[in-house]
Order: sequence, then structure tokens, then C-alpha cells
Amino acid sequence: MEVHQHPEKKHYIVTEEIRCKGCGLCIDFCPKNCLGFSEEYNEKGWRVAKMHRMNDCIKCYMCERMCPDFAIYITEAETKEVSKASG
Amino acid sequence: MVVEQHQPKIYPGLHFKNGNWAIVEGAIISGIAEFFAYPISPASEIVEYLSYRLPAVGGKAAFIVEDEIASINMCIGASWTGSKVMTTTSGPGFSLKQEGIGLAYMTETPLVIVNVQRGGPSTGLPTFSAQGDYMQVQFGSHGDYPAVALTPWSVQECFELTIKAFNLSEQLRTPVILLTDGEVSRMMESITIPEEKEIEIINRKTPAKGTDKATFKQFDVTNQPDLVPPMAHFGEGYTIFGTGLTHLDNGVPLLDEDLHSKLIHRLFKKIEINKNLFPEPDLHNVDDAEIIVIATGISARSALEAINIAREKGIKAGLIRLVTVWPFPEEIIEKYTKKAEFIVAEMSMGQLIWPVERYARKKCTLVSRLGGTPPSPKQILKAIEELKQR
Amino acid sequence: MTEEELKIDKSTLVKNPKGFKHPHDELLRKEAIPTIYCPGCGIGTTINAFLEAITKYCTIPHNDVFVVSGIGCSGRASGYINLDGFHSIHGRAIPFASGVEIAQPKLKPVIISGDGDLFSIGLGHLAHAARRNIDMVVICINNAIYGLTGGQDAPTTPVGAFSKTTPYGKISFPFNLSHITIANGATFCARYTVYEYIQLAKAIGRAMNHQGFSFIEVISNCHVNFGRHNNLGDAIAMRQMFKNARVKMDEKDIGLDYHKTDITYEVGKGFTKIPTGIFLEEREKPEEFSERIVHAYEFKK
Repeated sequence: MEVHQHPEKKHYIVTEEIRCKGCGLCIDFCPKNCLGFSEEYNEKGWRVAKMHRMNDCIKCYMCERMCPDFAIYITEAETKEVSKASG
Repeated sequence: MVVEQHQPKIYPGLHFKNGNWAIVEGAIISGIAEFFAYPISPASEIVEYLSYRLPAVGGKAAFIVEDEIASINMCIGASWTGSKVMTTTSGPGFSLKQEGIGLAYMTETPLVIVNVQRGGPSTGLPTFSAQGDYMQVQFGSHGDYPAVALTPWSVQECFELTIKAFNLSEQLRTPVILLTDGEVSRMMESITIPEEKEIEIINRKTPAKGTDKATFKQFDVTNQPDLVPPMAHFGEGYTIFGTGLTHLDNGVPLLDEDLHSKLIHRLFKKIEINKNLFPEPDLHNVDDAEIIVIATGISARSALEAINIAREKGIKAGLIRLVTVWPFPEEIIEKYTKKAEFIVAEMSMGQLIWPVERYARKKCTLVSRLGGTPPSPKQILKAIEELKQR
Repeated sequence: MTEEELKIDKSTLVKNPKGFKHPHDELLRKEAIPTIYCPGCGIGTTINAFLEAITKYCTIPHNDVFVVSGIGCSGRASGYINLDGFHSIHGRAIPFASGVEIAQPKLKPVIISGDGDLFSIGLGHLAHAARRNIDMVVICINNAIYGLTGGQDAPTTPVGAFSKTTPYGKISFPFNLSHITIANGATFCARYTVYEYIQLAKAIGRAMNHQGFSFIEVISNCHVNFGRHNNLGDAIAMRQMFKNARVKMDEKDIGLDYHKTDITYEVGKGFTKIPTGIFLEEREKPEEFSERIVHAYEFKK
């Protein structure tokens, strides 16, 4: 799991390497070209999607929606997410 | 239109009715909630009577659906909500239902299927009886599964075995086939229905109180010595899952060699270790018999007459009438095979004779008759006499 | 792209992240993830849309929803969703769900299955369930091919398209799935492509809240089988094709001529016109099926 936080808007983008199959949909459909492929392969043998330029992220949710494998998502804040998990 | 509950659930006392009526009454007393079927001779009467009777005693739904395959799948669905369900059919419909029946065995779904046998193959003789679906019960669907089937020979037994079929299906979480035939279903006889308190009704095992819903497994047999897993239902919060694929204890499919082998073996073992629950064969004059006739259903009635006449003529003849036809009761065959010669009387080209010969380990005589009438007592007597000569 | 744009910025990385999980994680069966789907498959996106629909746009408690699927790639969907579910046999998801619904009308069936499962072998059951107006949501993931078995042509494969069993081009004409379902009596019908995620999730939510037979057709990309045999590119190229081909269409545009919702396809170009939208949302709807049973027979437990 790799988490990036936007310095001003404070939202997080999380990528889960173990779920990603390297289809490239999130990378291609991101309107601000924030994402890219990793250098390394994950344990299944795919080059996975990673956040490369978080500063340009406009929180459009396109990556989370396009992903067929629940491997990339946006969350608001860490503490809120923890309380959602227990609630 | 509102139909209020206006009929009693049970009619105790003496009646003069046919087998189809008895099957309906047995189902009502067992607590059937839904019924989906397709009209087919000679089973249509069951559907018609149940469409009238079930709403009148407070059941939920009894209707005709678009085809045989829809009916078996709807029944499996309704059973997964906790309801007792039944469907009826005859030869051609039974062939259509095979994939659904296989699904019911694989997902361990309690279900009763009534097959009123008629002349086959194909459209055959729709209004004439036969006993030619015997092997199809065990080998009709693809793959290996432990078939369970009961065969009545009288209207009284149609009633009793329907209740027994429901009880077995609930106890063992398996589909049970009531393998009757056109003659038994449509002949009229006296039938005595006992008081409700004298009838034993068994319901399926459900998860124990306090079971953790998040970790419950729909096919888990740990702590179940009878190998029957407790069954949770839709809408109760257990997030259960069922599939026809080879699956783990929690229902999630996993295509693995060892898992598949273990699962199929467990399904067979579940039936085998509970064999004591199945109805025993009905024995007539077998203790000192030299020639034993083996028959089921309507053919057994001819056979009974034949052995009685044979006894009068001095031939030591006996009858083993099988009530549970699958799983095959091999113990009874093995017990008498050294003492007597066997004759198998059936309305087919020879289907019941296969397991009989297998467990008898010797050649047996077949008395077969096709076309709608069981082998006559004269036919069976002739075979007995010829065998006596040899 | 300039060097500046290609630069990888690691400054926004969060060290030791704790407590993060996907918004739909509660609704996924973890032991089954990652899915068997090919990278970029439209079915995964549809499941995502469905989960968003039942969390955001629909009012039914999760305990009352159950998912049934048939056989096929789309049929595996019920195994990934953490709700009551059943993976039925080929074409028989709808009768199974009908049986459950008739026995327990308070439950809401959702059928997620493919175009082959629902409209080839299962067409008879779909027609009757629509006729009865049984309360259920049928999500048909239409990828115009039989995917799981390797890429044979389906009743929705367009004329001229290539597949493993039509190496010279398909000769027979395809179905218009929405048209068939409406003709058989469905009271809610919508079609969206997997590109239109938000509209798809909202439509599924509306279908869930609707009482009666609802049908959602999802045009999905099977780039590994359909796309590959017809030179339509990868997942990204196929979704761009959906984006360019979609045409907004709703009840007012259609009027009574449901042929307007036909999808057009040109050999070499791919799908050129895919009308999408909510085609039918009956407001004066006939009574839903279970209501008729409950009113007809008063039963006491």
C-alpha cells in the first residue's frame, strides 16, 4: 500500500500494489496526468499504477471509478477512515 | 382477491382417494410453503390440487411456471430462504431438471422432487405407467452424487413416504426423489390419515443461537458427527454464498484437486453414515425362501400375489420389496444371495436388476414388461416355476 | 511531455500509513480478491459502480439485498461481493432469484450476469420474470461475446464482427437487449457504458429503489476476446470508443420507437453509436408481483 497526501487539500490517494493488474486505465484517464507505472513488478508480475505527481491532483475521483480491481482510491482523512472502519 | 385460510391442514380419518391426492396431503402436513411446477401427465393432478389446497391452508405460493427448468431452480431458491418446497414432474421433465438436481446435490439444498414415471424414452406413453427412470435418479445428472429415492406401492405409502421424504431432505440437507409411477399415483384405495400429533415432522438444522454471523460457514461440518452442516438462510445477516462450483466450507469457489475430492467424498459419506434413517425393505416370507422376487412399487403388488400362489403350490417363494431404492440397500441382497435365487420384476428393460446382480454376485432372472401394466402375477409365477425346475 | 511533467515527486508520500481501506472494502469478500478478471475488464468497474450504488444511492438495508449470478465472467461477480449470494447454473440466475423473492418478498434480488447467460440460454426466464414484474434488478454486462469460454460469438455480437467461431465475420443479426426487456414488460430500463461510471451508479441506485422488474444494460469492454479479434485495441482504447460512440437518449427521445436504441457497429471502426440513458421508468406502474401474492392469500404463521 502506498499513500500520498495532497499538501493543501489534505486528501489522500492510496494505491494497493497487491490488487493492481497494471491495466493503465487510471493512468490514462487521469485528466492531470498524475499517475504512472512503477519501475518494479508486484508479486503477481504486473507493473502497477503509482502516484507520481500528487500536487497536480484535483480530486476528480476518475481513477477510483475507472479501476476494475479496487486498487486505487481517494479518502478524506486518516482519522476519519479509522473511525469509519470501526463504525 | 383475498382467500382466507378456510381449510384444515389435516383431514384425519379414513378416505378413498388416489396416490396423487395422498402426496399432496403428505406435503401439506410436512409444512410445504412454496410449490413450483409444470403440468405434465400423469403428475398434473398434483399441481392442480396443490394450487387449490396450498393457499387455502395458508401456504405462500403454488403455481405453474414457464418450464421444468425454471421450476427446479425456483425451488432451490425458495429452499435457501428456509421454506420446505416440492416440485413434481414425469419422465421428460425429469430429464430437463437434471442440471438443477445436480446443483441441489452440490449445494446441499433440502428439496423434494416427485417423479411420476411414465412410458419412455422421449414423449413415450404419457398416460401409461413405467419404471424406467430408476437409473436416471442416480446417473441422470453428470458427475458423482449420492442419490436418495423412495418408492411407494400404495396410496397409504404415497402419503407416508412424502412425509418421510421431506423429513429426510431436511435432516440430511439433500434433495430426495419420490419415485412413484403412473399406476400408484392414479389408483384409488383406502387411506387412513392419523391425527397430527402422531406424525413426526423434522426441520433442518440451523445455526446455533449466538453463532458469530460474520464467520459462519454454510458448509462446515466441524462438530457435526452426522456430517450435515447447519444451514443459514438469505436475509438473516449471515452473508452466505452458494455455488455449483467446487467450494470451500464458506461457499467460496476454489478449483483445487484435493478440495474437490474431499467434498465429493463427504457428500457420499453423509448419506452412508445416516443409512439407518432410511425406510427398511419390506420383507414377505423370505426366511426360508429358495426363490426371492425383488420388486418395487406397483410391480411388487403383482409379485406378492405371485409368491402367495407359489407358496400354495409348495414352492418356497418370498418377496423383498425395496422402499428405499437409492442408496441401494445392498445388505439385504447380500444377506439372502447365498440362500435363494433372485427374480427381479420391473416395468422396464432391466434397470433395478443392475445393482441387484452386482451385490448378489450372480446372474438373476428378469421379468420385465413394458407398455403400462406391471408384470402380471402369472408372468412372475411362470418365472418362479421355471427357476424351481432348474 | 516536458521533463517537468514526467518528474516523479515522492515528497507527498505518507510514511507508515495506518487504517486505510477502500470505501467498498466492507462489501468485498477479501479471500477472493484479486479477481479473475483480465486487467482493465469492464466487469470490475461495474461491480465498483454497483457497490457505490448500494452505499450512496439506494435506501435498502444491506442485509435485505442478495446477489445472484449465472455462468460466465460476469457470473463470478456474486462471489466477490460480501452480501448473501448464489452462483447458479447457466441461464438460471433469474428463476433462482424469483424463487427467493416469492418466498421472502422483503428481500431484494440483484442479478449480475452476462449477455450470453441472460439472453441466450436464459432468455425464456428473463421474459417471464419481466412479464410477471417481479421485484428484481437485472444488471446485464454486455460485452458482445462469450468471454469466459474463450471468445465465441454471442447473440449480441454485431454483424461482421470476428470471433473464435466467426472467423469470416458474423452473419446473423444481434439482439437489442433493452428493447427485448421492455417489450416483455419490464418497468425500468436503462443502458450505460462502463465509461459513464457516475450515471451507471445512479441508475443502479434508482433501479434498486424501484419496485418491479428493473433492467440495466452495461456496455462493457472485453478487450482480450472481442477487442483483440476485431482490432479494437486495449481496455483504454475500447473505453475511449465507448466515450465517443455514446449518444444521450431518454424516454422523450425514444417515444414509442425502441429501434432508436439500436447499437450500430462498423467493421474496422468498432461501435459507432451506443444510445445510453434511462429508457423507461414507469411511473404509473402495475403492482409488483409479490404484492399480488400477499394480497391474494392471507396467511398466518
